[in-house]
Amino acid sequence: MSTITRVDPAVPAGSTRPLEQRRPLGDRTFAILALSSGLLVLVILVLIAVTTTQQAASWFSTEGLKIFTNNWNPGANQYGALAFIYGTAITAVIALVMAVPVSVGIALLLTEVVPQRQARPIVYVVDLLAVVPSVVWGLWGILVFAPWLQHIYTDIASGVKGVPVLDSLFGQPVSGASFFTAGIILAFMITPIVTSLSREVIATVPAIDREGAYALGATRWEMIRGAVLPHSQGGIVGAVLLGLGRAMGETIAVALVIGSSPTITSHLFAPGYNMPAVIANQFGEAFGLSRAALMGIGVLLFVFTIIINVLARGIVERNARRKRGA
Amino acid sequence: MAVITAEPQQPDLREAKGWRRTKNRIMTILMVVSFILVIIPLGFVLFTVIAKGASVISWSFLTSGPIPGIVAPAGVGGMGPAVLGTIEITALAAVMAVPLGILGAVYLNEYGGKNWLAAFIGFMSDVMTGVPSIIMGLFIFTIWVLHFGLSGLAGAFALGCLMLPIVIRSTYEMLRLVPNSLREGSYALGATKSRVTVTVVLPAALGGIVSGALLAVARAAGETAPLLFCIGAASEVNKNVFSGANTALPSQIFANANQPYVGAQDRGWGAALTLIALCFILMIVARLVTARFARYSR
Repeated sequence: MSTITRVDPAVPAGSTRPLEQRRPLGDRTFAILALSSGLLVLVILVLIAVTTTQQAASWFSTEGLKIFTNNWNPGANQYGALAFIYGTAITAVIALVMAVPVSVGIALLLTEVVPQRQARPIVYVVDLLAVVPSVVWGLWGILVFAPWLQHIYTDIASGVKGVPVLDSLFGQPVSGASFFTAGIILAFMITPIVTSLSREVIATVPAIDREGAYALGATRWEMIRGAVLPHSQGGIVGAVLLGLGRAMGETIAVALVIGSSPTITSHLFAPGYNMPAVIANQFGEAFGLSRAALMGIGVLLFVFTIIINVLARGIVERNARRKRGA
Repeated sequence: MAVITAEPQQPDLREAKGWRRTKNRIMTILMVVSFILVIIPLGFVLFTVIAKGASVISWSFLTSGPIPGIVAPAGVGGMGPAVLGTIEITALAAVMAVPLGILGAVYLNEYGGKNWLAAFIGFMSDVMTGVPSIIMGLFIFTIWVLHFGLSGLAGAFALGCLMLPIVIRSTYEMLRLVPNSLREGSYALGATKSRVTVTVVLPAALGGIVSGALLAVARAAGETAPLLFCIGAASEVNKNVFSGANTALPSQIFANANQPYVGAQDRGWGAALTLIALCFILMIVARLVTARFARYSR
């Protein structure tokens, strides 16, 4: 039997290797460079987790579960971080309560009310909020905004004096630099990202749904309630979660306006503290166990924000995929 | 004369009546109000910074040093070292992060395609944009500052970590817009993949990539938290960005913001105006680049 050698047309005569493997060196190098730049993201994330946890190990091992108690007292070598976790949660919730309705409102205004041509300038203005640096918000917050708010807080506090629930939320003690001030500043800072993501989500609502609602005689608001919001619910939840992640991690503005007092209190107008702010204010002078404790607070913050961001991105992505499939 | 009979009023069916109409009006007004709620603080901040900063800023404020102590009255010394530091550190960060970010996006869009690794990297890079900036500072402090000491370079590393995922995301979006026919055309001429990417795909998306990179730089230039533990606090000009303590505008604003001294506060406002102007200029240039050079847009 004669052996028939199969000839691959892609392999030039005399070459033993198929074309795929005969790519020039430069081409392969470029592919490897691109791949390693992509992998760099994963490497950085893993390195952040590993190295900071190592630095914080002594805090985790000496304090154990006591890291979740409320006694931050570096003088007595006690490092319970509950007050900071509480402050982070409270300020983020205040920020979301204020920012989400406004952001969704602007997103609806941009997509449903204003014609495309006039939406541009509005988008620019909202984006400007994101361009103002965090530290400038803080400078303005502490020197201009907080003193002004203090008068309002005092008035509110005297107004609700004696009223059961309101008194414990909005009563004395009040301070210009407080949980609430930090929450307001955070609300300004997360509005642009929540707005732009909500707008992207709302823009994926099919025109047919809108036209259908209008054809049934719905007013614009009824169309939004019946067609736009149900369709974009999931995506808006994702956008809100991303805003929450931002609000939890925002550092400098909060460090300036939160009042720097590690207390757990229901009084929203009282000075407090949160996780990024305590790192920013105390890490510079910290050594030994106290440095490990602050590093550990950073690790907790990293874990919280990663979880929230993974959830949020997952929701946003799943939503986008469903829309594409539909 | 013929009797003029009043024509029966034709009800307008196009617009809802009564409560439904009122509700629609209220909701539309609320949407406009929410936009106004955003304009007010923005206008307030910009007005205050310009009003308080403009009287402080002068040529010598921007260029001369050293940065005086916090108790010094206004008009002494200047922010020169901080201006130089911000420019040095941000530029160095951009030199590191922008090429790596573009390459990463090239991997995601040109090489990765639909495989799981590319999808995972893309997802994690989006997650990384949400990592708080102060964590980047702690990270660089741990792996760099503890071993090699404070320097502008360390600050640039931290800002670079912050910029990388932003550049990847914006470049990726731009690469996706490049039509496949361009790639196929150049493959048909026998070009290798790297050549197609470098000479056809990237130039086609250049406008968008540049404007995305500029926005990332603007974001990084205003960041304070990553720099806090990385660059130290120099008051003299440090031209060597690779070693020795350095300083930057955001750090100076942070240091001056909490001070009761009028001179320090004035320097804070002046530095704030300088920083905002820098960020806005970068943003406007980015918009101009988009408008002028972007071939494909969403």
